Amino acid sequence: MATAHHAEHPTGFTRWLYTTNHKDIGTLYLVFAFIMAIIGGIMSLVIRSELWQPGLQLVDPHFFNQMATVHALIMIFGFVMPGFVGLANWQIPMMIGAPDMALPRMNNWSFWILPFAATLLIMSLFMPGGGPAAGWTLYPPLSVQGGIGTDFTLLSIHLLGMSSILGSINIIATILNMRAPGMTLMKMPLFAWTWLITAFLLIAVMPVLAGTVTMLITDRHFGTHFFDAAGGGDPVLWQHVFWFFGHPEVYILVLPAFGVFSQVIPTFARKPLFGYDSMVYATASIAFLSFIVWAHHMYTVGMPLAGELFFMYSTMLIAVPTGVKVFNWISTMWRGSMTFESPMLWAVGGVFTFTIGGLSGLMLAITPADFQYHDTYFVVAHFHYVIFGASIFGIFAGVYYWIPKWTGHMYNEGLAKWHFWLTMIGFTITFFPQHFLGLAGMPRRIPDYALQFTEFNQWSTVGAFMTVAAQLIFFYVITQAIRGGARATNKVWEGAEGLEWTLPSPPPYHSFTVVPKVK
Amino acid sequence: MSLFFVRQAQGNISRLILGLCLWIAAPMAFAEYGLNFPKPVTSIAQRILELHNMIIIICVVIFVIVFGFMFYSIFAHRKSRGFKAAKFHESTTIEVVWTVIPFLILVGMAIPSTATLIEMSDTSKSDLTVKITGYQWKWKYDYPDQDVGFFSTLATPREQIENKAEKGKDYLLEVDNPMVLPVGKKVRFIVTANDVIHAWWVPRLGIKKDAIPGFINEMWARIDEPGIYRGQCAELCGKDHGFMPIVVQAVSPEDFSKWVAMQKDKAAADSAGAAKTWSQDELLDKGKKVYVTTCAACHGPNGEGIGPFPKMTGSKIATGPLAGHLDIVMKGKAGTAMQAFAAQLSDVDLAAVVTFERNNFGNKTGDVVQPSQVKALRK
Repeated sequence: MATAHHAEHPTGFTRWLYTTNHKDIGTLYLVFAFIMAIIGGIMSLVIRSELWQPGLQLVDPHFFNQMATVHALIMIFGFVMPGFVGLANWQIPMMIGAPDMALPRMNNWSFWILPFAATLLIMSLFMPGGGPAAGWTLYPPLSVQGGIGTDFTLLSIHLLGMSSILGSINIIATILNMRAPGMTLMKMPLFAWTWLITAFLLIAVMPVLAGTVTMLITDRHFGTHFFDAAGGGDPVLWQHVFWFFGHPEVYILVLPAFGVFSQVIPTFARKPLFGYDSMVYATASIAFLSFIVWAHHMYTVGMPLAGELFFMYSTMLIAVPTGVKVFNWISTMWRGSMTFESPMLWAVGGVFTFTIGGLSGLMLAITPADFQYHDTYFVVAHFHYVIFGASIFGIFAGVYYWIPKWTGHMYNEGLAKWHFWLTMIGFTITFFPQHFLGLAGMPRRIPDYALQFTEFNQWSTVGAFMTVAAQLIFFYVITQAIRGGARATNKVWEGAEGLEWTLPSPPPYHSFTVVPKVK
Repeated sequence: MSLFFVRQAQGNISRLILGLCLWIAAPMAFAEYGLNFPKPVTSIAQRILELHNMIIIICVVIFVIVFGFMFYSIFAHRKSRGFKAAKFHESTTIEVVWTVIPFLILVGMAIPSTATLIEMSDTSKSDLTVKITGYQWKWKYDYPDQDVGFFSTLATPREQIENKAEKGKDYLLEVDNPMVLPVGKKVRFIVTANDVIHAWWVPRLGIKKDAIPGFINEMWARIDEPGIYRGQCAELCGKDHGFMPIVVQAVSPEDFSKWVAMQKDKAAADSAGAAKTWSQDELLDKGKKVYVTTCAACHGPNGEGIGPFPKMTGSKIATGPLAGHLDIVMKGKAGTAMQAFAAQLSDVDLAAVVTFERNNFGNKTGDVVQPSQVKALRK
């Protein structure tokens, strides 16, 4: 499979277009994710600028709703998911001792769907009537009212879903078939484990999303009434099916980050991961529970009491395996010999912010209290603490952890620490006050607000600009590391364990041409 | 006694949050910030606040303990302090302990939550029923037993929203016709919507429910003290989602009866108006008011149109045949935000607003529509 002539690949643009190499495709995914993060970040600045003070200043409410909608779709489907697929592409073959992914051509295709899907999504903003403005959850009947931009978005979601399913099949096939001899499942690095479980979640829920999106398209254009009460349909049906996808989706975004934390923390604590087995079981439990909690997003739709109680109890249960993970990470740090290079800062910071998001999630699980929190800024604060505070922190931890391996160069540690601290502080200034805004009664997705919400909104806006600006440092540090810098050793980090660290830095084009043995 | 405990706990928690806030917001006058739920005026809102405070205390305690360990470790177990790494990496006992303890804490939280939820869902034995209907972007309140019904729309002037005038104290939280309720009575709300999904929420009453077309949801409240309680639509419902506030005015049962009588007089006066023949000036005057509250949100205060919503000036409908104009205003346009206003506006309002649109914004049809013409079309 891995013969010498394969290493001679085309150069220039065709290299990237035709590539079937897991590292090239990993790079494509990561570059794509970064571009999407910048576009989505700029949209968040439009939102935050409008909310700088009461009154309408910059954009009209219809455009504001489009920004809120497309910001979310881009960040979830364009940034976080492809970001983690990029990390998986680079790392999984190297971590399990394989030369490449199991299905290289499919790998190429699953990436190259993405730029077209993203273009379709962004083009929707320039259509007559504008882009989708019903929120990323696209609740009908509101989403039925949208113009052609909504159709662009729905087709884009179909394409993004296809890409995710193909990528997931590839990851499962690789992990189940291509592990080095001796690497049993329970010896596999946790990043591979969390991705294996994530991939199964994706295969389970993406078709569900595709189904309901198709129903919305036929409601919009072919006279069906799935979600139209006047035609005998049910607007709440969409919410049930959407959140059956949507809640596992939350774990799709966050489990790979847990995998990264579980690789990074032992390395910099110079101590093996505490409770490996329980980490695997906890991840699997979270994945299972994610299928039976969806309606906690819908406590206010008027479910029967029994339904509300069931979803409250099942949602509260998630706190147990999640707690186990946090306790295990802290026990790994406990009596270690720690240093705090950037990957460790992101991982520890990520555990910290994720736990805040997890605790506010527990509060949101309590149905009677949720009647007050639901659809307020408290929810906005909660999910940004989870998606930004865990998933995105996880992506940064992974990139800093592995970039010396990928490029063969050490990055600028001083600047990287600036990147971490400015992001951490900016993030906190942006999202922490939003908890209070929500408790005081500010609904989410509004372009203008009552006077008593002004001060905290101003904090939030200042923090958002700071956070986005800090990412320019990231861009600079990474470009610098790609171009040159101090040579990285094979092991890179003193406490690093695992097959990827036995390869040279940068690793050969076909990672393992000789199959390694795992004891 | 329990109330005392709750007050004390509330005091502790607000001090804690204030401290945290002071840390991040030192330079600003934090006294003005709302940090927790606004003061409850129903037993439900009070129970939710107590539940919320209890859970937040538990969460803060867990947080402090867990991260106490972490920060101690970060401080003490560093390579730079010469700390040598231990080798331990598993313990079934401890895994069981930290699985079971959180589970027990959760059970402790679930019990009061379940009790509160059961109480909230009991809408039986109510003294008064109010039907709430969400529209893009206003609310309609019907009192079926009193035979009273009216729309409630944003009262904040556009100049304030567009920063051309100073913003009032209740900016965006004021309406033309508030929902009036008697204090001390159990009020049952039935909630639905006409077009898309909305959510009716007044924080101080502690109730929020989605208003869904084709569904009827229920909730209840018994307001303890007279006053004005404000809220907003909580479910994204399109362009003016942020501009459909809710105002509840709680009054004594006597004042409530007086208010009901007044509403009936007003309705009688309106139906008398529908029978007479109106002059063009009267219609234009009335039509302008209706246009501002009902049409301007989409078609623009000067008929210029906003985004996907068509303009009035030179519009094929507003300058074309009168029958077509009346038809779209009364029956709406499927799949768009243009609603069937026959169900929302009176004959006088419809006649006036169509007359206004056909003789304004540069349109000069000279048409005059009488309420009687609208009435004939309703059949």
